[in-house]
Amino acid sequence: MVKGKNDYIFNFIINFLGFIIICSVLFVLLFIISASFSDPREVVLGNVFLFPKGFNLDAYKTLIEKADLWMGYKNSIIYTIVGTLINVSLTMLTAYPLSRRDFKGKGIITIFFMFTMYFSGGLVPTFILVKSLGMYNSMWSLLLPGAVSTYNIIICRTFLQTSIPYEIQESAKIDGFNDFGIFFKIILPLSGPIIAVLVMFYALGHWNNYFSALIYLTDRKKYPLQIFLSEILVRSQQVGIEQMMSDEDLLAAQKQADQAELLKYALVIVSSLPFMILYLMLQKYFVKGIMVGAIKG
Amino acid sequence: MTIRLNNIKGQTQIKKKSFAKRLKNNYQLYLMVLPAITLVFIFSYVPIYGMQIAFKDFNAKLGIWGSPWVGLEHIFKFIKSPYFYKLMWNTFSINFYSLICSFPIPIIISLIVNEITNARYKKALQTIICAPHFISTVVMVGIIFLFTSESKGIINSVLDMLGFERIPFMAKAEWFRPIYIISGIWQNFGWTSIIYIAALTGVDIEMHEAAIIDGATRLQRIWHINLPTIKPTIIILLLMNMGRMLNVGFEKIYLMQLPLNQDVSEVIATYTYKIAFEGGSFSYGTSIGLFINVINLILLLIFNNISKSVNDVSLW
Repeated sequence: MVKGKNDYIFNFIINFLGFIIICSVLFVLLFIISASFSDPREVVLGNVFLFPKGFNLDAYKTLIEKADLWMGYKNSIIYTIVGTLINVSLTMLTAYPLSRRDFKGKGIITIFFMFTMYFSGGLVPTFILVKSLGMYNSMWSLLLPGAVSTYNIIICRTFLQTSIPYEIQESAKIDGFNDFGIFFKIILPLSGPIIAVLVMFYALGHWNNYFSALIYLTDRKKYPLQIFLSEILVRSQQVGIEQMMSDEDLLAAQKQADQAELLKYALVIVSSLPFMILYLMLQKYFVKGIMVGAIKG
Repeated sequence: MTIRLNNIKGQTQIKKKSFAKRLKNNYQLYLMVLPAITLVFIFSYVPIYGMQIAFKDFNAKLGIWGSPWVGLEHIFKFIKSPYFYKLMWNTFSINFYSLICSFPIPIIISLIVNEITNARYKKALQTIICAPHFISTVVMVGIIFLFTSESKGIINSVLDMLGFERIPFMAKAEWFRPIYIISGIWQNFGWTSIIYIAALTGVDIEMHEAAIIDGATRLQRIWHINLPTIKPTIIILLLMNMGRMLNVGFEKIYLMQLPLNQDVSEVIATYTYKIAFEGGSFSYGTSIGLFINVINLILLLIFNNISKSVNDVSLW
């Protein structure tokens, strides 16, 4: 592009605005990280901003001893892996036929799926159904009811239609491939980017899922991480304990309260880290994957 | 957004074969869609059948079919209940204020990001502003509690340092909406802006070149070329948000709810949850859900028609 007159000033302003935007996000994240590595007292007194003060790993050491939490962590990993596997296979298997020009009945089938985006039976009827199917308090109650996402099927179908030439499939057919052969030997190997995006979306959904577990699970041993997180991070707002104690007890109690507070910062990090890393790893596929969904509409 | 049916006419009429032969040719494709169809049928269509309990007095022993009919009793009970206006207003207002405050931000951000010429800087910016999207609702609410804590939170530390009074944010009903909205913006603006940034890659470069020759400044070009390019995307997202006006997410509000802020934080979703799962009135809960579902559908149709006639942009 040709350079305009005031380009330097304009660029400076734009870059500066960009910097402010970055700071608005980064400051919060950095503060949480720094706080989790700091001396509890310093955090509570408000002396920690961008860098840790009184560096120590106490919060993480306490965290390691919390057996509940690691059980939740383990459960969440299992639910995420199994759930994502189900989601991605169902999405690809459904999107592929719908992307085929010669697939009879795809209009009706698409409507069948799309209808559920606009009208659903709602929370209670779904709950009654899950219960009557005997899935109450089991892993499947978290994984099966939302296993098919119409929105992702459509994104995926659009990707297959636009980025894999139909001619390849036709010539494969002439070479004697059947439909499953085409799907496994041609379509899947060419769908890397969209599969990466699907894995990311679905896995994130399972990892962060709180509501299904809240209504369907009763057994503490089956709780996913988010339930334990909600107990520690949200439902533990203790107020007014401090007034009832003697001075010495007060000091000890205060120290304990400070540490409990710090533990929460560490917990935020430990629970969010896996997805931040996965996000950075799969990041290059994102814009591509989202663009397929966004532009085509 | 790809919420549009494929144009099937003209594509399916390529070959006319007998049904049996088609089935034989394509049976593997039907096998592929079968699992998803079965699951959607069970978990999306069967509950629609179950919705009839909205007009019945559901009794677990009698089952969905056997429970006695009561007609519209539950829906009238909801409309006449003393909570009705409060719930409707709380739900509507939290969505409405959220929409007004948070909708323009990703658009502005995407226009700014699009002007950044340094590719590395641009990429770093995009990566960082998307990161908060990956934080779970539970953790996000946890962060809110940590930051706004009266005695230990950083926001109050800063207020204290600047010589202001400490504010017990979460205990004050009037702070509920602002905190809900600001945290929502912080978490999602980067993610939503990706959609606009993607749409901006479709800008016609020749138009820009022509505009430069005509002496247009960069601001003018943003206003007259870039913004109109993403207009369809803006309208579709706005439409979808308006259609969801009574459909506030349950989790965040439920987690942020304290007895002290219940006056503004009790919304339809949290109320329904409590009615059904804490109170055990399945029929009443279902009828509230159905009532809201129908209103949402009507809203969506209305906004879609407005946009179709004014802008020629439609969800379908």
